[in-house]
Amino acid sequence: MNNNLQLNKNGELQHLLTTEGLPASILLNILDTAESFVGVPERDIKKVPLLRGKSIFNLFFEPSTRTRTTFEIAAKRLSADVVNLNIAASSQSKGETLLDTVNNLSAMHADMFIVRHSQSGAAHLIARHVRPEIHVINAGDGRHAHPTQALLDMFTIRRYKCDFRNLRVAIVGDILHSRVARSQIHALTTLGVPEVRVISPKTLLPTKVERLGVHVYHDMAQGLKDVDVLLMLRLQNERMLGARLPSAEEYFKHYGLTQEKLARAKHDAIVMHPGPMNRGIEIDSAVADGKQSVILPQVTFGIAVRMAVMTILAGN
Amino acid sequence: MHLPDAEQLLADLAEKMRPDVTKNTVLVGIYTGGVWLAKRLCQTLELTLPLGSLDVSFYRDDFGQIGLHHQVKPSSIPFEVEGRHIILIDDVLYTGRTIRAAINELFDYGRPASVRLAALVDRGGRELPIAANYVGATIVLLEDKMLALEQSNSGKLSLSLYDKISPG
Repeated sequence: MNNNLQLNKNGELQHLLTTEGLPASILLNILDTAESFVGVPERDIKKVPLLRGKSIFNLFFEPSTRTRTTFEIAAKRLSADVVNLNIAASSQSKGETLLDTVNNLSAMHADMFIVRHSQSGAAHLIARHVRPEIHVINAGDGRHAHPTQALLDMFTIRRYKCDFRNLRVAIVGDILHSRVARSQIHALTTLGVPEVRVISPKTLLPTKVERLGVHVYHDMAQGLKDVDVLLMLRLQNERMLGARLPSAEEYFKHYGLTQEKLARAKHDAIVMHPGPMNRGIEIDSAVADGKQSVILPQVTFGIAVRMAVMTILAGN
Repeated sequence: MHLPDAEQLLADLAEKMRPDVTKNTVLVGIYTGGVWLAKRLCQTLELTLPLGSLDVSFYRDDFGQIGLHHQVKPSSIPFEVEGRHIILIDDVLYTGRTIRAAINELFDYGRPASVRLAALVDRGGRELPIAANYVGATIVLLEDKMLALEQSNSGKLSLSLYDKISPG
């Protein structure tokens, strides 16, 4: 896929489609800008007038509550007008339907599209198609990428751990089906995290994942030893085509994060999860609600990070 | 051209403000120069309340033309704005657009009892009906000049004059 599609002729962000291939300077600029948005909801007036008069369309071809809601809140806190479209994607002629939808909304003077789609590359397709003054944000496409999730994870990590360059980070769970994991790996390596581990059963690991610069573990006790950050992934039942796992109970026994397994990590390690959580499958409630969990701050920071992305795109 | 000593202007500005300052006065500096000045004024005027700082990037009227043109710093208003007497502090007062943005941002935190403005230098060239209550000095400059406040490692303030980079 063409990553240059994301940058305009001045090397500035035109669309946000994937963290892959983006320079550290752009990622850090997003994180730094997000810092200024964290305080906005604490004011009497919980919004800033930056995107007043802009029309932002949430195009969700796949169900989502958290991501859609946080994008909507982020846009509203920037004073933009938001329209939510939950479109059940037809299984046939998706490409054509998708571009027709986009053409119609462009005719309504859309300024920005936020796209969630079950097919990898959907947001790229739209970005290639729209007029140059329209910006596209990928809110998750198939197994490919979910860049704003990865960015809010990076923001959260930096908030708690300050410096990326001395961290050991473990991504745990269903790497194979996870667009979040891919975007996290690209962001972590670009930001200079020296050791990124993936911990997963063999059946949930893409082939040649080592090429992304990660260390592979199949055993939690080994993989979690001395890590600073645990990025848990959701076990994606709806993507589990064919029997890749014997049972959810069996998965929890080996890969579910319990206090006992967490004790292998550093004592001040933080636990993150993109949500929605399957309690008792990939994470035990005692950990999810425990003092090392930063899962709810992730949600809060997600709004500030999405505000930063929208602002930077709208200004370029 | 000869520029006045910023440290002397700061001392003059503090004396002009002193009669109006009470223990309930709060200062809000506008990034970057205004924050340096606000910190110094707080010491000189022996103010005890915490000072605020504003980065008005999110309230500028030229976002549509130029986007975010520099790294934004978080604004911080660590006190209740409602009913407060506030003095905004800026280094160089010029078009008045920054002050317009700062007032708008301030009001999103609450409804202050009053807002006054102190500037180290007023260089004229106003494009909005805005005037400062306290000014260190008035210096008339040509449009193609940029006057900037700078701070040395030791904290000493000074003024410098630059040629504006012409667009294109």
